Amino acid sequence: MTSALVVDAALVLLVLGLALWITAARAAYGAAVGFVAYGLLLTLVWVRLAAVDVAMTEAALGSGLTGLLLLGAAARLAPYEADEHRRRPGTVLRVLVGVLCAAIAAGLAAVVLLLPDPAPSQALAVAAHLPATGLGNPVTGVLMAYRAVDTLLESVVLVPALIGVWSLSTEMGWGGRPGFLTPCRSGSALPLLARVLPPFGILVGIHLVWAGADDPGGKFQGAAVLAAMWILVMVAGLREPPPVSDRLMRFLLVVGPLCFIGIGAAGIRLAGAFLAYPEAYAKPLILAIEAGLTISVTAVLGLLLAGPPVPEPQYQRQSRRRS
Amino acid sequence: MLAALFADLMDLGGLLLVIPLMLPVVGLLLALLVRGRTLGRFALALLLLGLAAAAVIAAAVATGDQALHYQLGGWAPPLGVALKADGLSAVMLLTTAVVLLGVGIYAQRGFQVPAGLPETRRSLAFWTLLCGIWGGINTVFLGQDLFTLFVALELLTFSAVPLVALDGRSETLAAALRYLLFALLGSVLYLLGAVLFYGTYGTLDIALLADLIAGADTLPPAVPVAAALMTVGLLAKTTLFPLHLWLPPAHAGAPPAASAVLSALVVKGSFFLILRIWFDLMPALLTLTAAQVLGALGAAAILFGNLVALRQTRLKLLIAYSTLAQIGYLFLIFPLAAGSSSVALTAGALQVVAHACAKAAMFMAAGLIAASLGHDQIRELRGSGRTLPLTVLAFGLGGLSLIGLPPSGGYLVKTLISAAAVDTGQWWLYLVVQAGGLLTAAYLFFVLSQAVPGPRQPTPPHERPRLAQQLIVLALALCALLLGLLPLSAVDLLEIGRPAAADSGAVSALLADAWTLDKLWASLWPVLIVAALVLAVRYRQQRKPPRPEGTSATLSPGRALDQLDHLLRQWPVAGLLLLVLVAALVQTMLVGG
Repeated sequence: MTSALVVDAALVLLVLGLALWITAARAAYGAAVGFVAYGLLLTLVWVRLAAVDVAMTEAALGSGLTGLLLLGAAARLAPYEADEHRRRPGTVLRVLVGVLCAAIAAGLAAVVLLLPDPAPSQALAVAAHLPATGLGNPVTGVLMAYRAVDTLLESVVLVPALIGVWSLSTEMGWGGRPGFLTPCRSGSALPLLARVLPPFGILVGIHLVWAGADDPGGKFQGAAVLAAMWILVMVAGLREPPPVSDRLMRFLLVVGPLCFIGIGAAGIRLAGAFLAYPEAYAKPLILAIEAGLTISVTAVLGLLLAGPPVPEPQYQRQSRRRS
Repeated sequence: MLAALFADLMDLGGLLLVIPLMLPVVGLLLALLVRGRTLGRFALALLLLGLAAAAVIAAAVATGDQALHYQLGGWAPPLGVALKADGLSAVMLLTTAVVLLGVGIYAQRGFQVPAGLPETRRSLAFWTLLCGIWGGINTVFLGQDLFTLFVALELLTFSAVPLVALDGRSETLAAALRYLLFALLGSVLYLLGAVLFYGTYGTLDIALLADLIAGADTLPPAVPVAAALMTVGLLAKTTLFPLHLWLPPAHAGAPPAASAVLSALVVKGSFFLILRIWFDLMPALLTLTAAQVLGALGAAAILFGNLVALRQTRLKLLIAYSTLAQIGYLFLIFPLAAGSSSVALTAGALQVVAHACAKAAMFMAAGLIAASLGHDQIRELRGSGRTLPLTVLAFGLGGLSLIGLPPSGGYLVKTLISAAAVDTGQWWLYLVVQAGGLLTAAYLFFVLSQAVPGPRQPTPPHERPRLAQQLIVLALALCALLLGLLPLSAVDLLEIGRPAAADSGAVSALLADAWTLDKLWASLWPVLIVAALVLAVRYRQQRKPPRPEGTSATLSPGRALDQLDHLLRQWPVAGLLLLVLVAALVQTMLVGG
């Protein structure tokens, strides 16, 4: 008991200390690196809170892919950073902001402490109806059966987000390849890593999706790992990102949500309600949807990081400059 | 055969609600696969289907005289997620379908793919995002679960933000980023509130929560905090004054069709959720001082928005600030609801419908005028009335609804709000409504006095609008103008599915009373005086050489107003206002309860 307490206390101190460090960090790149580490610490916190599914999501999306995005943004903004530092607000304003932020944090903490203890929960009802879905992981039960519509709409929200990123391109660049990830310099170790790691990464990703039905894991976590492998291959220069007008890629982007809606609509005839599954086939149908969603989420995440398309000559120039 | 089809559709009952939920989403996904050149027509076909579905749902709610319910996946709340369409939702679905169809027809030209190209950035982004907005807002109208509604809001926001930056210039990107960050701040506040509700009651279903809250003797303190957080988060997305930092720059550079959708629909989605929270989830809130806070903000929005609109030199920004003022009317209903919640709710819903049609028409009319002249400077609109008579007419008719002249929807709104204000002894609201109408009249007549006279333009127009575009703009303006002539039974539709009000019939009595001659005259003569004044001022201006820019006194009230507006739209100020509003609402909810 006490040893657990010591670990928890150390974890909390580390999280708070790292958060302070990130806030105080001068260079955006350093702060982004700190953010990745911070995400990994939060993953441990979630594990300690016995929320393994959340921990995996935090590690894969909150820390991994978001961190990658921030690192990329920091690298691109580096030339403007000195200018930005010169225009930073005075000490009084910064102290004021700090005090206000602390007050908000205190207010949030107070509100959370106001909540009843033990917290009311649907966990028992979730567990009681789980056999009807053929699943073993209650989190997957919530995401794919009870609240399937939320998962469906979330997977759809990714599409406007991607279109938002794409729409940052120029009219000339439309139809070209995404230009955010430029291949690394030749002679670096990345190409080797990008040859060795993906077979294992892909296996882990697929395992996360497959295991998600009964154990912690699932399509979002699995897709994040798969997307990371794809990005590694693109950054290493082994494969180019597909042009945004690529028909196959467009199909992969939408196949998951479409498959979800199709099976959901079939549920009207077969199981009496939209997004319901006939009991005998519940698990295979859910797995089919998860497989489709994994493909689409992987494609969206990879393309979100790959950025807006640029005209082909510019893309070639960027690639050459690096190699 | 049609009758048989209709009967079959009615038999579907709650299952009908899946159509408006899924049709836009399927459209959004398929739009990525459809050939670029046919995308516009594909979206149009979808919008027509959507209009038919919305009409069928409205008919089903009206003929069944009860709300439609549906449990997704067959799971009952609190485990599952429910959909519901009461009269209010049905009317909103129908309004959305009508306005989007109008925008869809209008945008066929601006977002078509030029010959020789397979697809363009603007075309793909516009049509997919339009579907995204449609799907998000329909889900907002139907959802009964606070988390599903959050996802719907996200779909709405993520689809709306890139529309602002469709022109791809650096200032439109900055405006879009501003909108994105502020709207996400709103999302976080909303989500935090939803978490507190779940932490307190263990459910996110609005009906279940409402029962639990109504049944409790004393409310846990987390509940008012949650309601305040959600309300303020939604206010940031609705751009209620003084939280309007993203509105003017967003409209300044957005394409007219995008502005129309943003102003007519997107901000109404978050407003609708505020309605759901205050009228359905926690009706007790309406009796508290907190309702007065919202009312005061609404009143300030009407006066401030209209006054700043008068100061604008660009037509598009004038319409944007007029939106700021018109959103104010939506919040006047909260302090009035303690007297009669059905009158307040009817006024709010009518304002949403009337403003959606009128504002969509006006933004698109301004777009046609700007395309034809090559600019939208109000002082240089001379001759556009001759070149584009239908469009200027549509602009004027839409404006009549904003002023609140009969027989427009705006007239009904003003009648209901004024009557409720007098009944509950809140005279200041009555005065604000009257003043708001007159200020609106002032800028509308100013624009018309610039646009109507003058010869046909000697130079050929930059871009000659299609007749279809002009006609659809006129049709939307007529929708707003003729809304007041709908039979009273149409207004009764709004009541279906709501708990029977103690004062049922109050709305019908007030509306029937609105058509007496002296009431009509009373609403007309002040506007006529304003029109005469505007014409007189304009006549004097023509005879006097215009003052050179920048020589007027530095401390004029107009300048002060501009500076106040500029100050309120700074990030630190807007952030502080957000916090102050949360504190004020929590305070008034805790003390009042």
